[in-house]
Amino acid sequence: MELKVNGRIHSVAAAPDTPLLYVLREDLQLNAAKYGCGLGQCGACTVMVDGEAVLSCVVPILLLQGKEIMTVEGLGSIDKPGPMQRAFIEEQAAQCGYCIPGMMMRAQALLQKNPQTSDAEIRRQLEQNLCRCGTHMRILRAVRRAAQLMQTPETAVDTGRST
Amino acid sequence: MTAVGADTSVRRSVSRRAVLQGTGALIVTFTIFPVASSQETGGAKTSAGAPKLPGSLTNAPFLDAWIRIDADGSATAFTGKAELGQGIKTALLQVTAEELEVPLNHLTLITADTALTADEGYTAGSHSTQDSGTALRNAAAQAREILIGEAARRMNLPADQLKAANGTVIAPNGARLSYADLVSPTLLHVQAQPNSKLKDPDSFRIMNRSQPRVDIPGKVTGGSVYVQDMRLPGMLHARVVRPPSYGAQLATVDTGAVERMPGVVRIVRDGNFLAVVAEREYQAIKAMRSLAVATQWRERPALPKQADLAATLLSLPVEDFTIFEKPVSTSTAAATAVEATYTRPYLAHASVGPSCAIAQLQDGSLTVWTHTQGVYPDRQAIAAMLGLAPEKVHCIHVEGSGCYGHNGADDAAGDAALIASQVPGHPIRVQWMREQEFAWEPFGPAMITKAHASLDSSGRIADWDYGVWSNTHSTRPGPAGSLLAGQHMARAFPPPPPKPLPQPEGGGDRNAIPLYELPRAKVVHHFIPSMPIRVSALRSLGAHMNVFSIESFMDELALAAHSDPVAFRLEHLNDPRARAVVTTAADRFGWAARQKGGNGRGCGFGFARYKNLAAYCAIALELEVERETGRVRVQRIVAAVDTGQVVNPDGIRNQIEGGILQSISWTLYESVSFDETRILCVDWSTYPILRFDSVPNRVDVDLVDRPGQPFLGCGEASQGPASAALANAIADAIGKRLRELPLTAARIKAAVGI
Repeated sequence: MELKVNGRIHSVAAAPDTPLLYVLREDLQLNAAKYGCGLGQCGACTVMVDGEAVLSCVVPILLLQGKEIMTVEGLGSIDKPGPMQRAFIEEQAAQCGYCIPGMMMRAQALLQKNPQTSDAEIRRQLEQNLCRCGTHMRILRAVRRAAQLMQTPETAVDTGRST
Repeated sequence: MTAVGADTSVRRSVSRRAVLQGTGALIVTFTIFPVASSQETGGAKTSAGAPKLPGSLTNAPFLDAWIRIDADGSATAFTGKAELGQGIKTALLQVTAEELEVPLNHLTLITADTALTADEGYTAGSHSTQDSGTALRNAAAQAREILIGEAARRMNLPADQLKAANGTVIAPNGARLSYADLVSPTLLHVQAQPNSKLKDPDSFRIMNRSQPRVDIPGKVTGGSVYVQDMRLPGMLHARVVRPPSYGAQLATVDTGAVERMPGVVRIVRDGNFLAVVAEREYQAIKAMRSLAVATQWRERPALPKQADLAATLLSLPVEDFTIFEKPVSTSTAAATAVEATYTRPYLAHASVGPSCAIAQLQDGSLTVWTHTQGVYPDRQAIAAMLGLAPEKVHCIHVEGSGCYGHNGADDAAGDAALIASQVPGHPIRVQWMREQEFAWEPFGPAMITKAHASLDSSGRIADWDYGVWSNTHSTRPGPAGSLLAGQHMARAFPPPPPKPLPQPEGGGDRNAIPLYELPRAKVVHHFIPSMPIRVSALRSLGAHMNVFSIESFMDELALAAHSDPVAFRLEHLNDPRARAVVTTAADRFGWAARQKGGNGRGCGFGFARYKNLAAYCAIALELEVERETGRVRVQRIVAAVDTGQVVNPDGIRNQIEGGILQSISWTLYESVSFDETRILCVDWSTYPILRFDSVPNRVDVDLVDRPGQPFLGCGEASQGPASAALANAIADAIGKRLRELPLTAARIKAAVGI
C-alpha cells in the first residue's frame, strides 16, 4: 500500500496490520520515531497525521492510506534545521534524547494549531509524553522558543502542509 | 564503530584499520593494559610500585592510547567511557582540545570500544570527568609539550620560548610548525608522566565555557544515533520469550505453528532461554507473542509479600560493617533524643527506550553493539557465557536510551550474543519489549535506615547512631551468571555471589556517613546478601536513600532543637566548600525571608557531598500540598553545586536539573510492585513516573566556581539532596513527617488527615 510521509509517497510491502512505527523505522529507514512501549503510553513514537499528534506504535498502516504523515525528519535536517529543531538545539533540550522526537512532534501539532498557545496548554499537551532524564524544564523552554521562531518569517520552514 | 566530531553530531564510519593505522604517517601501536574492572568505581587501579598517574592514565599509561595526531594534523581522542546522555562526549572533547591546543571542531572522539579504547571499567559513579577527563586532560597537555619539544629541537630554540595554538607551534619570530609537520609514528608512543604542565584556568578558551552538546543536533533531526537505529546488511530481528517470573522453568513449548508464521527464520531454545528470529521486526513481535502462548512454564512463589517488605528485609541474615565510629564522648549530657526509621521500595530504572543490542558471529568472532555501561566487563561476561576467548568478542558501545545505572543493557547484549551464536553470519538485533524491561531489569534495591541522635543542652548534636539495611548495589557483569541469558541457558551459570561495595564510595552505605561534625557517632552497614528481587546499580546507589534519611533526620533534629534547618546544618558543618554551597543555595532561594510553612505551603532544604568525595550539592525547594488530595506541586527549586573545575557549565546544569526532576519522580511516585510470584509493574500505568503537569515552575542551578581544583563528578549529586528537600518541604507544609518512600498523594492525604 501507499503511505505519504513527509510529503513523499512511498509504496510499502508491510502487512496492513503493522503499526506505522515499524514501517517508518524499517521500511522507510526513518530514525526519529522511537519504540518506547508499544502501548500508546509514553509518546516516544509520536508523529503527526493530518496535523494531529498520533501514537505510531498503535496505529496500523491500513488506517493511514491517503493521510499526510509527518515525522521529525520532515521538520528540517541537520544542515537546515527547522524552527522546532533549532529551538531544541538552542535550549540544549536533551539528555539521552530518546523521548525528544516524540515531544517535538506533539509540540509541532500543538503550535501549528495554536501558535499563541499558553504555557499551561503546552504542559497539558506534553503530559502524554514521558521523559526519564528529567529534561522537562528545557523541553518546555524549547517549545516556547519554537513558538517564537515559527512566527519569525526567516526561520519558518515549509512543513509540508498547507495550513 | 563510530566516531563523533566536535563540529557535528553526524556519526561517520571509521574502519578499524583507519583508526588504528591513521591515514598517514602515524602508525600507532596501541598499548592498552586491560585491568580488572572494579565495580562502580571506574576501574582505575594502581599497580604496586608504579607512580600514580592522573585519572585513568593508570589503566593505560601510553599517551597514544588517549591521543592520536594524524599526518594531516587531525586529532583524535580516545576514551573508555560511554555517552549515556550525560554529555560526556562534549566535556571530554573540551578538556582535550583545551590542553592540546587544537580547535574543538578539529578533534574527533572515539568512545568505549574493546578494540580501540582503554579499559575504564564502567561509565558509572559520576567518574567519567574525574577519571577519563583527568586522563585526557593530562595526556593532551603532555602531548602538547612533546610537540613543542619537537618543534624546539627542529627550530633549535628553547622550548619555553615556543607556544602552541590552533594545532601549531609558534616561535617568537613568527615561525610556525604545524602538528602535522611535527608528528611522527612514535612521537606520542611514550609513557605518561605523573605530572603535567596544565594550562592556567585564566587562559581557558574552551573549558569552563558552555559548549553545545555535540550529540544533540543528530538527536533532534532523526540521525542514526542509537543502537536501536542501526541497520546492518543481512540483519535479522529477534525477540526473547522471557519466563513469566524469576526461576520459572520451561515445561513445554509447541513451536510448530510459530515456525510456519511469515518471516520466521528460527526458534532458539537453550534451557529456559527461548527466542524467535524473523526477517522483519513486527514479524518477530507477532511470532514472540504466539510463541509465548504456546509455552508452558512451571512457576513457584518465591518473592516476599510486598506489604511486609521492610519487615521481611529486616528479618534476613546480615553481614554488619561498622563503617564509621567516633567513640569520644566529651559532650554534655544529652538533653533530647530523637529517632526515626525510613524506608525505600525497589525502584526501576525505567528507561523510556527498552534495551537493545545487535550481535554478529562471523568466522568464530563475535561483534556486539551495545549500550552497556562497560564494554570490557560485558565482553568478559559474554565470552564466558559462550565459551569464547575474550579476544574473540568485540564489544562496541553505541548509545541507547538513558540507563541511569545497570538496566537491561547488558542482558540485551547477552541475549543478542546467545542468539547470534546459533544463527551465525547474520547480525541479530534484539530489542526488549516494554513489559520485559520492567519485569527483568535489576531494580534499585529496597532499603531501610534507622537513625538515633541526642541533642545537648545547647541544641547541638551530641551523639549519632545510624544503620542502613540493603542488598548489594551492583550485580553487574563480568561473570556470565550476571547475564539473564547466562542464567537461563541449559548450561546455567549461577548469579555471582553478592558483595558489598567497599567504602569510601560504598554501595548501600554510599553517603551513609554524614559530612557533619559529630562529637560521637557510629554508622553501620547491615549488608543483606539474600536478594529476593533482582537488584543492581541505580543512579546514586545508596546515596539517594541515605541522604534522604540523614537530611530528613537533620530537619527532625533542627525541629527538636528549635533551630532553623539551614542554620542547624551550618552549625554542624566545617568543610568550607560544603558551607559555600549551603549558603549559596539558601541566599539565592531567599531562605531567611521565606514564608513560614503551614496550610499546605512549605520550604525544604537538603545537602550532601556525593560519596563524600565528589560534587557538593545543596537544594532549597518550595512547594504546595493540595490538602484535600495530598497532591504535591513543586513551585521552585534552587540548587548550588561545586564540581571543582568546571568543564561545561550548561552540561552540569543539565545533569543537576535532570537529577532533581528524576529524584522528584522517585521520591513522590515510584515503587516496584510484585506479588509472591511475579513482578506486577510491567508498563507505565503500573509504574507511574513524573509527568509534565507536576513539573516545577522553575529550577535554577548555581555553579560555585573552583578554578584549578580537581574535577568532581556531578551526574548523581542532586538525587539525594532533592529527595530530602522535597520531604522536608512537605513536612513544613503539613506539619507531619513522612518517612516511608514514595511520598505518595495517598500517604500525604492520610497524614494531613482531612
